[in-house]
Amino acid sequence: MSKTPAELRYAASHEWARLEQDGSVTVGITDHAQEALGDVVYVELPEVGKALAAGEQAGVVESVKAASDIYAPLAGEVLAVNEALADAPEQVNEDPYGAWFYRLKPANAADLEQLLDAAAYQAGCDA
Amino acid sequence: MGQRTPLYDLHVALGAKMVDFGGWDMPLHYGSQVEEHHQVRQDCGVFDVSHMTVVDVAGAQAEAYLRRLLANDVARLGEVGKALYGVMLNVAGGVIDDLIVYRTASGYRLVVNAATRAKDLAWLQAQAEGFVVALTERDDLAMLAVQGPNARDKCAELVTPPRAALIRELPPFHGLAEGDWFIARTGYTGEDGLEIMLPAGEAPGFLNDLVGAGIAPAGLGARDTLRLEAGLNLYGQDMDETVTPMAANLAWTIAWQPAERDFVGRAALEAQRAGGGAETKLVGLVLEERGVLRAHQVVRVAGLGEGEITSGSFSPTLGKSIALARVPAGTGERAEVEIRGKWYPVRVVKPSFIRHGKALI
Repeated sequence: MSKTPAELRYAASHEWARLEQDGSVTVGITDHAQEALGDVVYVELPEVGKALAAGEQAGVVESVKAASDIYAPLAGEVLAVNEALADAPEQVNEDPYGAWFYRLKPANAADLEQLLDAAAYQAGCDA
Repeated sequence: MGQRTPLYDLHVALGAKMVDFGGWDMPLHYGSQVEEHHQVRQDCGVFDVSHMTVVDVAGAQAEAYLRRLLANDVARLGEVGKALYGVMLNVAGGVIDDLIVYRTASGYRLVVNAATRAKDLAWLQAQAEGFVVALTERDDLAMLAVQGPNARDKCAELVTPPRAALIRELPPFHGLAEGDWFIARTGYTGEDGLEIMLPAGEAPGFLNDLVGAGIAPAGLGARDTLRLEAGLNLYGQDMDETVTPMAANLAWTIAWQPAERDFVGRAALEAQRAGGGAETKLVGLVLEERGVLRAHQVVRVAGLGEGEITSGSFSPTLGKSIALARVPAGTGERAEVEIRGKWYPVRVVKPSFIRHGKALI
C-alpha cells in the first residue's frame, strides 16, 4: 500500500507539490509512482530559471525498467533543482516525499488549490 | 489472464509484481530488481523458468534429425549428460530461435523460448518429416534456475543425497537425470548455477525450501539485466528471423565442419560468408555519462551510417548504462546514441560485460 501524505497536493500524472513558507512550491514524484517505476537509476531535472507551463514536461525519471516523463503540476519558474539526485537517484525509491526534484515559484499561488488532495489522488490510483 | 506456471500462487505469496511475458503471468520482481540482480552476482538467486518450452526428442533418427535442424552439431555431444547451445535457422539463415540441447539416456532434450513456443513446435514438427523421431513436449515439468556463485552449494544442502552428489559432480554445461528430476549446470546469467527440471507438483515445495534457505527469489527484471551484462541475446530483441547468427554474435554456435552436414540454413550462411560476411554486427555499448540506453535508440557511427540498440538498460554491477546494438560491420571503438533528441558518445565493446562477477570491459 503506497503512502499519500494528507498535507500535500497531487497531480494525476503522479507528482506531489508542497507549498513552502516562502511561497515556493516543491515538486517530487509520489510513492505510488516510484513503486510503479521500480529501482530509479537516473533523473533528468529542468534547468533553473526555466518557465514551465502547467502540465509541461519538466524532466525524466528512469528506472531499470523504463523512462518516464515528469511534469509541472502548476505553472511557474524553476528556482532550484535537487542536484543530489544525480549521484543518488535511489533516494526517489527510499524516500519519495523527501527526494524532491525541483522547486517552483508559482505563476499563481492559487493554482495549487486546483490540484488533487490526497484522498482524490489515492482514489485515482486505486481505480 | 495469462498462462500460469505451477509456481504462480507462491510468487504472489512472496510479494511478486506479476507482469505479462509472452502470454505468461510471470514475476517481474519481488521488491527490488536491482537487489535481486546483486544477489545473483554475489551469492545466489532463484528464477521460475517453467514458462520455457521443454521438448524431448527420441527415436532411431533423433541425432540425424537434430543434425539437420540445428546450426550447431549434436554429434559433438559425445556422451549422455553433455549440453550445447545453438540456434535453429530458416532456409534464409534467419534465427527461428535459440535453444539448449542436452543429450539424455533416451535421446535429447531441447529447451526453447516461451514466447516462440507455437512457431517452434510447428517448425520442429515440420522438419521431422521423413525422420524416425518422436517429439514430446514436457509441459508436465516445472523448471527453476538457481544461479550465482553459491547456487550449487546451497542447493546441494536441500536435496536428497544422490541429487546432492550429482550437483557437486556435474561439470559446467552438463545435465543429467536423477529419478524424475533433471539437473543441469547451465543458465543464462553469466554465473555458475543450475537449471532444475522437476515434476510440476514438486516445484512449489522445492522453491519454498530454496527461499526458506535464504536464496532470494528473482524475477524477469533481474534476469534481463543479468543476461544483458553477460552479453547473452534475448530472442525477439537481439535476434530474430531477419538476422543470421553471424549478425547476432553467434557465429561460434555454427558448426561448419563436417562440410557435408546439410543443416537448414547452411546454404544461406555460406553465401553470406562468401559475400564478405554480414553487413551488420551485434556489439556492446557503454555509456560513460549519466543516462540510460534503451532498445530502439538510434546509434550513429561516423562515416558508416546508423544502427540501433536492440537491448539497453542500467547495469547494476557496473553502475552505468550498457546496451547491445546492431551496427554497421565496420564499426570501430566509438559511436553516438540519440537519447531524447541529444547525442551521447558511447564506447563500443565486445558484447560481454560481466562474467562470474567480474567486469570484462
